[in-house]
Amino acid sequence: MRALAEYLAASWQLSPLGRELLSAGLILLTAIVVFAVALLIAALLTWLERRVAGRVQSRVGPNRVGPLGLLQWLADGLKMILKEDVVPAAADRPLFLLAPYPVMIGVFAAFATVPFSQLLIAADLDVGVLYLIAVTSLVVVGILMAGWGSNNKWSLLGGIRSAAQIVAYEVPAALALLSVVVMAGTLSLQSIVAAQGGWPWEWYLLRTPFGFVAFFIYFTAAVAEGNRTPFDLPEAESELVAGYNTEYSGIRFGGFFLGEFANIYLMSAIASALFFGGWQIPGVTPAEQVGSVWWQALGFLVFVAKAGVGCLVVILLRWTFPRLRVDQLTALCYRYLAPGAFLCLVGNALWIVLVPAGSLFERMVGYGMTAVAAALGLWFVLRMRRHMVSTGDRLDLDLFARGHTRAAFDPAWQARAYGRFRRRRPGEAS
Amino acid sequence: MNGDFTLADGVFWLLSAATALGGLGAALSRNIVRAVFFLLLTFAGVAGLYGLLSADFLAAVQLMVYVGGVLVLMLFAVMLTSQIDQAHQSNPVGSRWLGIACGAAMLAVLWTTLVRAPFLEESAPAYAPTTAELGHTLTGIGFLPLLAVGLLLCAVIVGAVVVARRGPGTE
Repeated sequence: MRALAEYLAASWQLSPLGRELLSAGLILLTAIVVFAVALLIAALLTWLERRVAGRVQSRVGPNRVGPLGLLQWLADGLKMILKEDVVPAAADRPLFLLAPYPVMIGVFAAFATVPFSQLLIAADLDVGVLYLIAVTSLVVVGILMAGWGSNNKWSLLGGIRSAAQIVAYEVPAALALLSVVVMAGTLSLQSIVAAQGGWPWEWYLLRTPFGFVAFFIYFTAAVAEGNRTPFDLPEAESELVAGYNTEYSGIRFGGFFLGEFANIYLMSAIASALFFGGWQIPGVTPAEQVGSVWWQALGFLVFVAKAGVGCLVVILLRWTFPRLRVDQLTALCYRYLAPGAFLCLVGNALWIVLVPAGSLFERMVGYGMTAVAAALGLWFVLRMRRHMVSTGDRLDLDLFARGHTRAAFDPAWQARAYGRFRRRRPGEAS
Repeated sequence: MNGDFTLADGVFWLLSAATALGGLGAALSRNIVRAVFFLLLTFAGVAGLYGLLSADFLAAVQLMVYVGGVLVLMLFAVMLTSQIDQAHQSNPVGSRWLGIACGAAMLAVLWTTLVRAPFLEESAPAYAPTTAELGHTLTGIGFLPLLAVGLLLCAVIVGAVVVARRGPGTE
C-alpha cells in the first residue's frame, strides 16, 4: 500500500500535502474495502445460520430467493433499509440513535487486522492482538448505550447482562490469546501465523498441552462475548423479549445484527490465525509462499476454510445447546475459565523457558498431541454414529439439499436411503 | 507549526476538538448517564492522539483500559443506581462559585506546568514499533516494580472479595 502511494505520488508529481491526501485516500479506500468484505461475510453467515438451523430441525431453510436461497441476505438487507426507523417517544433520542455505531465500529474495525493470507491483510499492526482486544471493547459501550437509550426495562436488563457477560469473559479470552502471544513473542498477527507451520503439530493448538486447553477456553469465552447461545442471556426471548435491541427496527437493528454475525467470523478467524496456523500450507515455507500467486491463493483458501469450520461449529452450538442460567454463566467464567486461562499462560511461559525451541522433546509432544487430537476426533465420530444408530436418526450434512426433507417423515424412503441406520419398529424383521 | 499545514495537523486539531468537546460535555451535562457517554468521546480522542504520536501500544491500552474498563465500570455504577436520570438527585449543584473556583485553580496549575515544561522538539513522528522495547523494559529493569504492582492488585482483589462477601450461610 505504501509502495503504491509512493509510486502514484512520484508519477503525478504531487506536493507534500497532495501526497498526504493521497495516502489518506488510500487508507480510506482500504477501510471501505475491509468494511464491505466484513459486511458480505456477515450477510452470508446469516444465510448459513438459517440453513444450518433448517437442517438441524429437519426443514430446508431459506430456499426462495436465488438458488438455494443464497440471495436471502440481499432481500433481508433491502427490507431492513426500507423499514421505518422507529424511535420510541420516551427514548433518550441521541443515545438511542448513536448506539449501533460503537457496536459496528468495534467489530468491523477489528477486521483490519485479520490475516486472510500472507499478503492480504489491511493493517499488520505491531500491536495486533492488543488492538483486537481494545477495539472490540467498544461493543460493550454500544450495547449499554442501546440498553439505556431505549428507556425500557427489558432493554436495560439485557444491556447490563450483556455488558457484565462481555466484561467477565474478556478476561479468559484475553489470557488465552496471551498464552499464544507468549509462545510467539510478538503481538502482530502475521508474525504469529508465520511462527507456526502448515502441519497440525506445528500449530500452537497442538504444540503444547497448554495451547490445546487455551484454544477451548478462548473459543468458549469468545462465544460468550458474542452473546451467542448457549450464552445468549442478554437476548433471552423468554425473559427479556430481545434484550438490548428490543426497541430497534429497520437498519439500526440491522447494525446490531450484522455486528453479531461479523463477530462470529472474527472470532473464528482469530482462532484460525492464532491456534490453527492461519494461511500456512503444509510443506510450504512462508518464504516459498511469498513469491507465488498460486500459493497465495491456496493460503487464502486454507485460512478461509479453517475460519469457515469455526463458524459452522459456532452455529451448530447455537442449535444444539440450551441456554445457561446466570449463576452457571458467571461460575463457568470465574471458577473455571479464568483460572484455567491463567494456568495456560503460566504453563506456556514455563514451556518457553524450559523446553528449547525445535528440540526433539518439543517435536515429540507435537506429534503426540496430534495423535491424541485425532483419536479424540475419531472417538467423537464413532460415538455420534452409535447414537444415531441407536435412535434411528440419520446423518444429514447436505446444506445444499433442495427439496423437502422427506426422509424424516416417510418410512419407506427412509428404509431405502438409510436402511442400515434406521431404528427397527417393534416386531419388524431386521 | 512551521508554515506548512499538513494533514497530521488537521487530524490533530480534529482529535483535540473531539477530546475537549467530550470533556466539556462530561462536565456540563446535567444527565449523569450522558456525561459518562461524553467521556467515551474524550477517551477515544486521547487514544487517537496517542496513535497520532505513533505510540501505538499506549493508544491500544488507553482504549482497552479506559473504554473497556473504567467507562464500563462507571456505566454499571450509574445504571444500577435508582432515579439516576433525575438531575436533582444524581447531579445536585452544590455551589456554582465553588465549582468555578476549583476549576480555575486546576487550570492555573495545568497552565503553569504547560508553560514551564521542556517539550521535545521532533520534526516528524517516527513510526517505529514500541512494543518490543517496552516488553524488554518491563521484564528487565522494570520487573520488580511490575511484580510489586501485580502483588498489590492481587491484594486489592482479595480484599474486595472479602469486603463484598456476606457472612456465612447468607448465600
